[in-house]
Amino acid sequence: MKGLKKKRRIQVLLLAAVALVLSTALIGYAMRDGINFFRSPSQVVEEPPREGEVFRIGGLVEDGSIVRGQGETVSFAVTDGGATIPVRFTGVLPDLFSENQGMIGTGVMEDGTFIAREILAKHDETYMPREVVDALKEQGVYQDPNG
Amino acid sequence: MSIWEYANPKKFMQTSAWALPWVTGLAVVALVGGLIWGFFFTPDDYKQGSTVKIIYIHVPSAMMAINAWVMMLVASLIWIIRRHHVSALAAKAAAPIGMTMTLIALFTGAIWGQPMWGTWWAWDPRLTSFLILFLFYLGYIALWEAIDDPDTAADLTSVLCLVGSVFALLSRYAVNFWNQGLHQEASLSMDAEENVADVFWYPLLVCIAGFVLLFVTLVLIRTRTEIRSRRLKALEARERMA
Repeated sequence: MKGLKKKRRIQVLLLAAVALVLSTALIGYAMRDGINFFRSPSQVVEEPPREGEVFRIGGLVEDGSIVRGQGETVSFAVTDGGATIPVRFTGVLPDLFSENQGMIGTGVMEDGTFIAREILAKHDETYMPREVVDALKEQGVYQDPNG
Repeated sequence: MSIWEYANPKKFMQTSAWALPWVTGLAVVALVGGLIWGFFFTPDDYKQGSTVKIIYIHVPSAMMAINAWVMMLVASLIWIIRRHHVSALAAKAAAPIGMTMTLIALFTGAIWGQPMWGTWWAWDPRLTSFLILFLFYLGYIALWEAIDDPDTAADLTSVLCLVGSVFALLSRYAVNFWNQGLHQEASLSMDAEENVADVFWYPLLVCIAGFVLLFVTLVLIRTRTEIRSRRLKALEARERMA
């Protein structure tokens, strides 16, 4: 940079910036499957995973689909509106896990059922005081932000 | 009067000496006020309970981690194009502060993630690019220390800063490109529908203002130190010559 005139320095910078943006876009586009953290149920239906492939599935826990009472095992269905996939999980669920909430599970597909070995809850960007939500529910005007 | 007058070290020292007490005072007031308001005088969230209070540190520190890098980028570009030494020193001075903000955001995020998501860490696009940003901060600081000639160091770190901007911007906008991640979208954005209730939103704004002012205060102090240490070196060099 030292020996260059001001105009040439600006040209070098612009060129470097364009090259950076282009390479980032190309790398990001080419590796989008690896960069995306999970697959949606629709994607799993469209492109079924290989036999025994470990992957993450993410979506909403379908309303009324949670079945407990099989010891430590819980089963439910995960949906993205397009496709629904049954999930079975043995272990402790995070606090935020509930129906109509986002979740991400890691595991394998076995006979059309996703056997999860780990379940994470996805939080949305809604922040509301508890009293307000209770009051809204009492008046019957509460709308689930995810619903 | 042009803005470039402030690139004169003498003018910069005068102006910053005048501004520093004000900025420091405002930073302390906003930070202490905002954090006390946020921690003790806000209700619990309907889903997260009192864990929600961590946003009063997490959101401002994550914002400043990214904004500090953007500020370093602007200062580096001014150095490369216009060769103002104060600009290069300001970028150097901001790096450790930005790195600390990144660490704070990573730690508070992990503490929040454990009870909420069910994990301390996940290789989500947003989290990963933030971790890489942290590593870039380390590399940037190391590069400044590794090169003896100050002008060469300023040139090379400027180029590193330009490359690192990719991850600074990605950690903010990753959710727009790869929307299947674990991290929720931005809690605050100008265009989107408001999702944060006002009782949380106002103290958060005060905390953000506090973090911005804290950053400005620290950058001013550290830039002044850098200028003084450079003057000292020049004096020592003159002494040896005599």
